[in-house]
Amino acid sequence: MTQEEQVLGKAYDAKLMRRLLGYIGPYRRSALAAVVCLILGSGFSIVQPYLTKMAIDRSIQSGDVRSLTGIAALYAATIVLVFALSFAQTLLINLMGQKIMRDLRMEIFRHLQKLESAFFDRNPVGRLMTRVTTDVDALNELFTSGVLSVFDDIFTLAGILVFLFVLHYKLALGILCILPLLLAVTLLFKIKVRDSYRRVRTAIARINTFLQENITGAAVVQVFGREEKQYRRFTAVNRDHLDANLQSIFYYALFLPLLEVVGALAVALIVWYGGHQVLSGALTLGTLVAFIQYSDRFFRPISDLSEKYTILQAAMASSERIFRLLDTPPAIVSPARPAARAVTRGKIEFRDVGFAYHPGEPVLRGVSFVVEPGEQVAVVGATGAGKSTLVSLLNRSYDVGEGTLLVDDVDVRDHDLAALRRSIGIVLQDVFLFSGSVMENIRLGNRSITGRDAVRAARAVHADPFIRRLDEGYDSRLGERGASLSVGQKQLLSFARALAYDPRILVLDEATSSIDTGTELLIRDALRTLMAGRTSIVIAHRLSTVQSADRILVLHHGRLCETGTHQELLQRRGIYWKLYQLQYRDQSPGA
Amino acid sequence: MARSRYPLLVLGPYLGRYRRRLLVGALMVLLTVVAGMLSPWVLKYVVDGLRPSVDRGRLLTYAGLIVAISLVEGFFRFWMRRILIGVSRQVEYDLRNDFLAHVQRMSLSFLHSRSTGDIMSRATNDLGAVRMVLGPGIMYSMHTVMLLVISTAILVNLNWRLTLLAYVPLALVSISVRQFGRRIHDRFEEIQEQFSAMSTRTQENLAGIRVVKAFAREESEIRSFELLNRDYVRRNVSLIRLWGVLYPLMTALIGLSSVAVLWLGGRHVIHGRLTLGEFVAFMGYLSLLAWPTIAIGRVINIFERGSASMRRILEILETPPGIRDLEGAAEPPGASGALEIRNLTFSYPASPRPALRDVSISVPAGMTLAIVGRTGSGKSTLVNLIPRLYDPPPGTVFVDGRDVRAWPLRALRRRIGCVPQETFLFSDTVAENIAFGTDGAGEEEILAAARVSQVAGDIESFTRGMQTFVGERGITLSGGQKQRVAISRAVLCSPAILVFDDSLSSVDTYTEERILRELAGVMKNRTTLLVSHRVSTVQRADEIVVLEEGAVAERGTHEELLRLGGLYAELYRKQLLEDELSELQGS
Repeated sequence: MTQEEQVLGKAYDAKLMRRLLGYIGPYRRSALAAVVCLILGSGFSIVQPYLTKMAIDRSIQSGDVRSLTGIAALYAATIVLVFALSFAQTLLINLMGQKIMRDLRMEIFRHLQKLESAFFDRNPVGRLMTRVTTDVDALNELFTSGVLSVFDDIFTLAGILVFLFVLHYKLALGILCILPLLLAVTLLFKIKVRDSYRRVRTAIARINTFLQENITGAAVVQVFGREEKQYRRFTAVNRDHLDANLQSIFYYALFLPLLEVVGALAVALIVWYGGHQVLSGALTLGTLVAFIQYSDRFFRPISDLSEKYTILQAAMASSERIFRLLDTPPAIVSPARPAARAVTRGKIEFRDVGFAYHPGEPVLRGVSFVVEPGEQVAVVGATGAGKSTLVSLLNRSYDVGEGTLLVDDVDVRDHDLAALRRSIGIVLQDVFLFSGSVMENIRLGNRSITGRDAVRAARAVHADPFIRRLDEGYDSRLGERGASLSVGQKQLLSFARALAYDPRILVLDEATSSIDTGTELLIRDALRTLMAGRTSIVIAHRLSTVQSADRILVLHHGRLCETGTHQELLQRRGIYWKLYQLQYRDQSPGA
Repeated sequence: MARSRYPLLVLGPYLGRYRRRLLVGALMVLLTVVAGMLSPWVLKYVVDGLRPSVDRGRLLTYAGLIVAISLVEGFFRFWMRRILIGVSRQVEYDLRNDFLAHVQRMSLSFLHSRSTGDIMSRATNDLGAVRMVLGPGIMYSMHTVMLLVISTAILVNLNWRLTLLAYVPLALVSISVRQFGRRIHDRFEEIQEQFSAMSTRTQENLAGIRVVKAFAREESEIRSFELLNRDYVRRNVSLIRLWGVLYPLMTALIGLSSVAVLWLGGRHVIHGRLTLGEFVAFMGYLSLLAWPTIAIGRVINIFERGSASMRRILEILETPPGIRDLEGAAEPPGASGALEIRNLTFSYPASPRPALRDVSISVPAGMTLAIVGRTGSGKSTLVNLIPRLYDPPPGTVFVDGRDVRAWPLRALRRRIGCVPQETFLFSDTVAENIAFGTDGAGEEEILAAARVSQVAGDIESFTRGMQTFVGERGITLSGGQKQRVAISRAVLCSPAILVFDDSLSSVDTYTEERILRELAGVMKNRTTLLVSHRVSTVQRADEIVVLEEGAVAERGTHEELLRLGGLYAELYRKQLLEDELSELQGS
């Protein structure tokens, strides 16, 4: 899906609109109250020109000062009422708008939490963020100044027409004759503006793409000295945007004065025809003035139309993107009736497992092995042999393509998903820390882990000393991604996190980067603590881990090629032996 | 500094370019306002003239006048919008061009210190807010001021006492706008703050989604997002309370001034101090004032936002490019491509440990130097210093005998053809990508360059050949294909110095062998730097340098280094093993 396609969505889509309006549902009482306020408010303000008429006809022309004061007081009363009503209405509508935005953001965020890893492989974080933030905000205007104010407009127009007909139906009919002209102008504008709006959106998308490419590819541009060339190309893209905007300015500049001319036609009609009526005594002067004021108010909602149209278009585009995201079904979900709700023993079995991230490029092929409860298994293999994929399948980040994967003799797909994941502690090579305190990063929002548990875990994996040395100990805030910690410290912290969770199964992708010997010893010892009494699968980069494992699995080109202990495999002089030469030999102090 | 307090002042020179148009635009505003003033005046005559004695033909004249006036006003209004809003788009265009030009000159360390999205949002969203100032902001301000001045003059002329009374509520409008404006500004900033907190949280959650899932922390993530979300709504609501009062209040105040006119004006008419026509005209003028008075609030809002956005744009525009031509920079005569590095020690700005330590290398023109070493040993840093993607310390890196810092940047970079480690192609045609570094390369030359990197065959297999689009809107090239396009791109520039920064890593050994054979011809007369961690790539180089933790650990030819039995020999041994391993099929 390219940006250009996104741009060219429909300007108005009834299906989208219906779905959007559905979000008003929970707040229909506020919405209703707001509409009532709106209607009453416009009702009271429609009365105002009529009061002017009364003032002119009854008081001013007959010289009655007392009734003039009375009418002025009435007028003032309508103003106060309109003020109160529109204040109430603004509050109601905006509160509702905010709540709807909140609901939508929650819905999107919730939905994102359910989507599987493959989805996140396809969709960059930046794009998804836009859905939660910018796109939702674009809808706000639709709810606050768009949807409900339509009621206002309709009611005002209808109310004015009623007054006009009551006052003088012939003159009212005359004004109605102008309506088709108004419609024609508006329709023409709508068509023209839609086209130029599309051009503008397309141009904006191209500007964005260009900027994005030239910022991420700045090194290439600089190294080839192509700044000027790229600059020229940018000015061309930018020029398209300018031209499209100038075109749209042209239509707006034309539309608004045209509306006023149509309005002036109505006033001219009132002056000419109404004037005749006044002269022949069929119309009072006050009515004439009221007519002129009404016609002024009659055209106001229509000239707002162009603004509303822009809001509508932006909202349609955003909601389409939001709904497309919400309509993406999560591929990996917890079964409706899980066969197992907890992992008790921690037995793992891969049965003929095959998997491919991209069709036709298998990463794992016919992999079968069993890890008994409490057993410690090391997985070794060259880069790209499929080691990490094993881990991703185990906790259902991805689902197996072929074969079955069983935990405690139950297919992982029949396990309660949350329970399964809770029972598998995963420590990844690239430790991901959230910005927050050290404590929060150990507990990860799990309420069943107390502060004391966290400290105990940190102590067990030797993370406690360095944490205490931080300025505020366990309450120290970590910068973005734990930037203030060393690699080794991050490792220890992630061990503490895994230990605090006390999982039945531990999966570990050891860090490759070398750490100073002191930390290395700490980590080695921490690992021993961490793995004690748990089923563990370690993607091993350390010789010590490999040597102490109960069993070593050798993956090669996605197949399980050799299994055995360190000594057995070395004697076989096969793949493991070569890997050992390549990856581990240097680490052994004596070899 | 005035600029940091009033960032919008920067726009002065930009607007200055369109000085004449702005002047005409201002004239149009004036004419629009003046024309608009005429219709209530006509109404005065209509009302006052409606006596039984009047000539009925007059009515037609008045009606005609009203339409004529609106046509004239419409004409001016059309040009007012077209010119003033048009200028704002022009300035937006200029600003955006300048923004890109500036960003292009920024050093990589600057660009890497900020996210692309952040820089982009300044060029789009923030620029949009500034554009609102330049267009509607300026136009409405002018319109409101002129309207106020002229209609006040007319109203005072009609009846000064009535004017005074009518203006009391209007004065209240402007006071309330000021009062509210400041508080709205504060609350608005609080909202923005919370918005960015929420964005950051989302960003972090999505970036760490795998961890979230692995630890089954979805629910607690949702809870913590909900808290932020609620707080965001709460802050919005506090702003809404202000808005909710402000707009209805302004309408009410304007309404009150109509009431005042109705009451006092009516009395004046009764007592004969004002004609009924004047009374109606007075009401008409007041209704002309209503909308612009309300618009004041909006204009203030536009200026507030615009000035905050301008500040953000200036943060980029006012950061001087870290790497630029030094005074007296000149290109040395004759280009041989000799390269020398003397006692180079280099650290990245934020890092305490030097990335390169006391490196000295000399590559005579036309020779090939290979650099090998582990990941993080400083290979890429070294080659990035030559075209000054990062600036080396003075007196350390020399091209053609001149310190690279004393070279004009463009001339230096034109002399160097780089194939960077991370291949970056533009979403454009294959041909355009290969010809990226040159002006007007012919089809034949492009094809020849594609042949050197062995990518020509692949390209032919695409349905549209060289005209195939790559990237988001086109086909996705494999890593190896991308690298080979990048090689062609560098080769086509026919630079004096060729730099390959691990450029064959995604190419299989067989293709690599063929590329190297083809490249041999190209490299013959050029100084070449080959960075690799693969022995097969570098073994034929004139000299091989092994980097270890930023320092030169070994140097010599392939054979010499093998004999030395050090790091290089170890690397070679491992390479052979790896090759053996990859040949082995899983059984």
